[in-house]
Amino acid sequence: MFLTDDDLRALQRTANTIRQDVIEMLVAAGSGHSAGPLGMADVFTALYWKVLRHDPQRPQWPDRDRLVLSNGHICPVLYATLAEAGYFPVDELATLRKLGSRLQGHPHRGTLPGIETSSGPLGSGLSQACGMALVAKREGLRWRTYCLTSDGEHDEGNTWEAVMFAAKYRLHNLTEILDRNNIQIDGFTEDVMPLDSIRAKYEAFNWHVLEIDGHNYEQIVAACEEAKAIFEKPTLIIAHTIPGRGVDFMEQRFEWHGNPPDAANVPGAPPKGQQAAVALAELRTLRGRIESEHQ
Amino acid sequence: MINPAQHLNPKLFAADLEQVPSRNGYGDGLVQAGAEDPRIVALSADLTESTRTEAFKERFPERFVEVGVAEQNLVTVASGMAAVGKVPFTTSYAMFSPGRNWEQIRTTVCYNDQPVKIVGSHAGVSVGPDGATHQALEDIAITRVLPNMVVVCPTDALEAKRATLAIARTAQPSYLRLSRAKVPLITTEETPFAIGRAEVYWDGDDVAIIACGQMVYRALLAARDLAAAGIAARVINCHTIKPLDEATLVRAAEETGAIVTVEEHQVAGGLGSAVAELVVQRSPVPMQLIGVQDRFGESGAPDELLAAFGLTAEAIREAAVAVVARKRRGTRQVGAG
Repeated sequence: MFLTDDDLRALQRTANTIRQDVIEMLVAAGSGHSAGPLGMADVFTALYWKVLRHDPQRPQWPDRDRLVLSNGHICPVLYATLAEAGYFPVDELATLRKLGSRLQGHPHRGTLPGIETSSGPLGSGLSQACGMALVAKREGLRWRTYCLTSDGEHDEGNTWEAVMFAAKYRLHNLTEILDRNNIQIDGFTEDVMPLDSIRAKYEAFNWHVLEIDGHNYEQIVAACEEAKAIFEKPTLIIAHTIPGRGVDFMEQRFEWHGNPPDAANVPGAPPKGQQAAVALAELRTLRGRIESEHQ
Repeated sequence: MINPAQHLNPKLFAADLEQVPSRNGYGDGLVQAGAEDPRIVALSADLTESTRTEAFKERFPERFVEVGVAEQNLVTVASGMAAVGKVPFTTSYAMFSPGRNWEQIRTTVCYNDQPVKIVGSHAGVSVGPDGATHQALEDIAITRVLPNMVVVCPTDALEAKRATLAIARTAQPSYLRLSRAKVPLITTEETPFAIGRAEVYWDGDDVAIIACGQMVYRALLAARDLAAAGIAARVINCHTIKPLDEATLVRAAEETGAIVTVEEHQVAGGLGSAVAELVVQRSPVPMQLIGVQDRFGESGAPDELLAAFGLTAEAIREAAVAVVARKRRGTRQVGAG
């Protein structure tokens, strides 16, 4: 798929809106994860506006592509994406993590349109995606399964059970996108439990592996297209992302992995109470300043 | 006395009563369920033959999935298959599934409310020589606390087959608990069976003996001995631990005034606990809970182990006598007041 300059500008605007939604949701909720959702906003935007076969008016459409969010804690970006795509009213985002809300702190299948599976406990999303892809492959169904994972959840044994399984059954209709942002709650992934070379590990497990800039829409879309052309293996796309992307004081800081704006004193950040305002001002400025990746 | 409406095996107390592992009934039931419903698939974690999933694999190879020794993957792949329309049966030993993969069952099966069937074979001390590591004694406790979950522990191979067919026809997450050892075939094709319905196999009004799994047979042996001693027991096969047949159990409490529960499982959290939770709120009566008393199993022959852990007809009879005595003391105290 070729992306025009107009496409790129539209994707930037959408991603920026989603980032603002994320900040506002987290502030309203008073808890939740900041860095991951901001870092994955570009991948989500590219997927829902350029890659996935889906229909917000028919969330149960049998032929839709399936998207499994394995690292459920970044659900604010999924919720904001689904709302902006038209699955449910954007106003409902303000109910995140509140009693009676369809927007649970971690995704719950069945309460919100567009959620394929409950997630939060790490390491089990890829297996569920494998189950879906296996059925589709055996029955010749044309839809694809996409699974979003975090780097931190590769500490989980369950993840590697799924990696072996996907290779055994040659699930070419499965695309995993790994958010390689190098942080987890206790610090940098390479300090907590080294993962490098994640690429070599997957290749040794007989996967097709691509590495991209997770903020570059052309690369995201092109990698997903390439994955469709691989017929013998499942494909892993390692999306290198900047945690907290779009909010300068959050970028690359693991302290924002599990905290919402205005809730924590973090070195280099504005004082508590002013963080959300600064973040939103930055995002709005960014939206006005950058019109295209070509500039 | 024996309840004729249950059509139990006429050879119930004969020396040549057939003995069959309940897992065999599961294997037969799974093939039949697969023939009835193309949505049925089976997943195994490297224990296809010993869990009796082999016949399904041979009959429906395109509907069989081998995940290797990976029980977490076993149920999560199954959850994914259920999410796109399948009714998966996952098989392993109870110690590993639901033992090792409990959180995955909780989140991806029960919280997702997917029709995944968790089949745990080799439950209880009667696993025998393999010892404590392989003898699941906690599986009823950890599955019955899960919302949406159905928990069934059939008494023999025939009931296991019917339970397999029954859970295949429901949309609920289910746990089916099976044994490794041969157990007496006490039911027949005419014996009533429905999920959530406890059956009175032996009728009496002095004490209720509520059992599941192979302990039902030992409860019947105890009831026969008790009858000779002038105590009329009511033996109830409570194969479904969740949802409990509240009406039958509360009626038993009210009409007998004394309860013994029997299970090849820790008394903490199992059938006895479930019955006690019900009875204490609806119709409190003296209870004795027979089961494993906060211990691990060990190696040995199945019958040796059942005896060593006090899971015998004699122990049931003694508990029934004791609980009847407690009931009578309680009655006198009430009368004296």
